[in-house]
Amino acid sequence: MSSFSIFQIAGSALTAQSQRMNVAASNIANADSVVQPDGQPYRARLPVFQVQPQAGSVGVGGVRVAQVLESTAPARMQYEPGNPLADADGYVAMPNVDPVAEMVNMISAARSYQANVEVINTSKALMARTLSLGQ
Amino acid sequence: MMDRIVAELDFHKAALALREQRQAVLASNIANADTPHYKARDLDFAATLERVTADAGLAGPGRVTLQLTSARHIPGQAQRPVGVDDPLFRIPFQPSLDGNTVEMDVERVEFADNTLRSQTELQVLSQRLKTLLGAIQS
Repeated sequence: MSSFSIFQIAGSALTAQSQRMNVAASNIANADSVVQPDGQPYRARLPVFQVQPQAGSVGVGGVRVAQVLESTAPARMQYEPGNPLADADGYVAMPNVDPVAEMVNMISAARSYQANVEVINTSKALMARTLSLGQ
Repeated sequence: MMDRIVAELDFHKAALALREQRQAVLASNIANADTPHYKARDLDFAATLERVTADAGLAGPGRVTLQLTSARHIPGQAQRPVGVDDPLFRIPFQPSLDGNTVEMDVERVEFADNTLRSQTELQVLSQRLKTLLGAIQS
C-alpha cells in the first residue's frame, strides 16, 4: 500500500463533500425557481455517496459521488390565482426544496470537510517527521 | 554486524508500517462518515503487530515451531500468510438508520491516539538511529 493512500482517501472525501455543498447551494439558490429550461419547476437534487475501494488494500477506501438524483417529493403548491403559471384552481407548483434541510446538509458537509482537512494535516505532519528520522 | 543493526530496527519498521496502515483505515472511516451502509473498520493493533513480527522471525510470543527429538529432523515452522489481517468491523454505540456505523467522535479520538503513538514511535526510532550514528562516529 502506498503511503500516500491517506491523502487519496481524505482528498476524495474533500471532493465529495464540496460537491455535496455545491448541490445544497444549487438547491437553496433555486428554492423559488418556478420554471426550469424544460418548463417544469426546479426539483431538489440529492448527491449519492459511495465507497471507492482502494486498489490493493482490503477494507480501505475513499468516497465518491456515484450519482445526483432528483428528489421525488411533491411540489410545493402555492396559491397565487393572478400568476400566469397557476393551474385551474389558482395554485402554482413551486420547487420541492426544503431550505431548512438544505441548510443542515450544508453544515454537515462543512463539518465533514473540516474533519478530512484535519486528517490530511495530521498525516502531512507525520510524514514530515518520518522524513526527518535520525536528524 | 549489519544484520544486527537491521534486526534492531526491524521491529520499529514493522510497528511504524502498521501504524500507517491503521491511520489509512481510520482516514477511510472519517472520509466515509456520510456514506450510507458503510461499516467502520479498525485494526487490532497489538494482535496484528504480534503476528507480523512473529512471521518476520523476530522476537515475539506465539511463534509456532516443530519440536525436534532427533538430530536428523528437519526444522519446520508454521507458515502463515505474510501481511496484515483484514481490518475488523467496529461495533457502534449508536447505529444510524442509513446503515452507517461511523461515529465521528470515536474515529477522531482513535485518529488522534494513533497519531500520538506514531509520533512516539518515530521519536524512539529517531533516538535509536542517533545512538547508532554516535556509536559509528565516535
